[in-house]
Amino acid sequence: MKRVGLSGNYAVAYAVKMADVDVVAAYPITPQTTIVEKLSEFVANGELEAEYINVESEHSAMSACVGASLTGARVFTATSSQGLAYMHEVLFMASGLRTPIVMANVNRALSAPLNIWNDHSDAMAERDAGWIQLWVTSAQEAFDATLEAFKIAEDVLLPVMVNLDGYILSHTYEPVVLPDESLVREFVPSRPLQNRVSPKFAYSIGVVGPPEAYYEMKYQVVDAIEKSRKKIKDVDKEFGDKFGREYNFVNEYMMEDADYALVTMGALTGTAKAVASGLRKEGEKVGVLSIRCFRPFPKEEIVALLGDLKGVGVVDRAVTPGGPSNPLFADIATTLYEKGRRPLLQSFVAGLGGRDVPVDDFKLMFGLVKDVVKEGKSRPCVYVGLRE
Amino acid sequence: MSRLKGWKEIPIGGTIVEPGSSVEFDVSSWRTYRPLFDKKKCTKCGMCWIFCPEGAIKINDDGTYDVNLSYCKGCGICQRACAVKAITMVKEG
Amino acid sequence: MLEIRWHGRGGQGSVTAAEILATAAINEGKFSQAFAAFGPERRGAPVLAFTRINDNEILLRTQIYEPDVVVVLDHHLSERDDISEGLKKGGILVLNSVYEPERYAKKIPNARRVATVDATGIAIKELGTPVTNTAILGALVKATGIVKLGSVEDVIRERFKTFAEKNIAAVRAAFAQTKIFEREGNM
Ligand code: SF4
Ligand code: SF4
Repeated sequence: MKRVGLSGNYAVAYAVKMADVDVVAAYPITPQTTIVEKLSEFVANGELEAEYINVESEHSAMSACVGASLTGARVFTATSSQGLAYMHEVLFMASGLRTPIVMANVNRALSAPLNIWNDHSDAMAERDAGWIQLWVTSAQEAFDATLEAFKIAEDVLLPVMVNLDGYILSHTYEPVVLPDESLVREFVPSRPLQNRVSPKFAYSIGVVGPPEAYYEMKYQVVDAIEKSRKKIKDVDKEFGDKFGREYNFVNEYMMEDADYALVTMGALTGTAKAVASGLRKEGEKVGVLSIRCFRPFPKEEIVALLGDLKGVGVVDRAVTPGGPSNPLFADIATTLYEKGRRPLLQSFVAGLGGRDVPVDDFKLMFGLVKDVVKEGKSRPCVYVGLRE
Repeated sequence: MSRLKGWKEIPIGGTIVEPGSSVEFDVSSWRTYRPLFDKKKCTKCGMCWIFCPEGAIKINDDGTYDVNLSYCKGCGICQRACAVKAITMVKEG
Repeated sequence: MLEIRWHGRGGQGSVTAAEILATAAINEGKFSQAFAAFGPERRGAPVLAFTRINDNEILLRTQIYEPDVVVVLDHHLSERDDISEGLKKGGILVLNSVYEPERYAKKIPNARRVATVDATGIAIKELGTPVTNTAILGALVKATGIVKLGSVEDVIRERFKTFAEKNIAAVRAAFAQTKIFEREGNM
């Protein structure tokens, strides 16, 4: 074990190396590039024995990953924003064909206007692709989640997307504890999955699913991601036992006796916590709930932790233009509605296109949640930090 | 009609695990016309074999071509593909 | 917590300097973050980078608006008034400049301590190129004592490999030549 300074992207690359992947197929895109750059370096200097496939686009990268994964190989790729969007159709094939691919998605805004900075619109646009989505809040978590992802993916035969915020996490140097490689191998042993394209079996893959079969096949994906909850929990528990860090589906901060809370994802969580801790010192009973596993959505945890609060602010770093609300808010509201729980919910949007979300913005959000509770009625979505 | 498999019974990942299962797939009842091959005209070019969407064309021992009627749906594409007009479509009796 | 803002131009290694400092702090067992105000990387364009150092885990993920320390890698930028924007009262300035620190202390009342060093001159002499990031680190360590000089040298050795010794010479020269002005009395 050693404690080093690493960027979020390098932390991912080290996890991939230690997981001893067989195939990496990727196309560079900012701010993901330094992940695959580092991996190609590992392959070139012999530290990682893997097939590194240079492709001409993200569509091909994901296609190559699907093919490689069908042979039973352990497969990794990484992308961001337009790259993820370009993979779109193949993402559904990856889940439909049940290929356990692990992908780091370094979250970046979608064009237009062209923007290389962070928001969550890329991953949100793929939330229905049948991928498990993990979201991290630090470089250490990026490392840990990537390792867990391989184990989860290969156990439930679904692809896993590890989301880390572009620049804010991907390019920030901070302490990361790297476990011994031998311990990592114990956690994710190389265990070639069945080669489904071997002539030995003569399977047909990627067949037509006509109306009398597609529905059942799609439901298998629904069922698999629902059932993955248990596996995700078990893998996380095992990770905790081995490495001393456990994450669960959500990360709760000062939630025990909270009256109000903000729900966040990714890098917004840290600053929200810092502000909550300050407000606690002023006697405000506030907490922060961060969603670590967005797909499958942690319904039980949400109901248990938010169901009895007075007010909940949900911070989306993505928008659903013309929709009834933004993606995270919609999921929180649906979850609570289904169980008949009605804390006052206030929707916020913040930090689109890499706009910094400073301490004052979080103070404003916590304050607004309190106001809304006093008024007994939530307001339309508040676009925090937007200039008129 | 026999009962179709439920989602718990279908192999996952859209995989057909039984090799050559299409052998079971008889389309002969779809036909109105069937191709008739004239061995004497056939130049053994193989174009009918390439173009048949059902893979219903078989190769005879002497290198000429013929149809396996279990898999022929009578579409007539082979007839269009045959440059020397060795194939004629005849109405099923 | 100590918050540092770095001002430089593309190609001078501001982000690298921020990272070296953070890594040195991490290697000393502290918590640290180093990041840049990112844009497309263009040589010559003004660049902002940030380092946070703390004894406990750092939760904040925002840019730094009120730094405790401002470090300027480019001697032209040292003459600009906006470099001290948001500097905390009692803060520290570390400037690449051939002038005495008093010159800046007069202009910037918020600064308790001002350090100047001819980082450009040192870089040209030791490295043969005006990349000032390692020299300015020597001045920063002298002015703040936030990490040990040896910790910075270790990170440079690890990171630069072939050019390590020349850069370490630059760090040491800057450490020796840095002039410090300290304001008297309460602020
Ligand atoms: S009629 Fe159509 S299906 Fe039958 S052999 Fe010719 S091309 Fe094939
Ligand atoms: S296309 Fe006509 S000539 Fe050619 S192989 Fe078929 S039947 Fe014979």
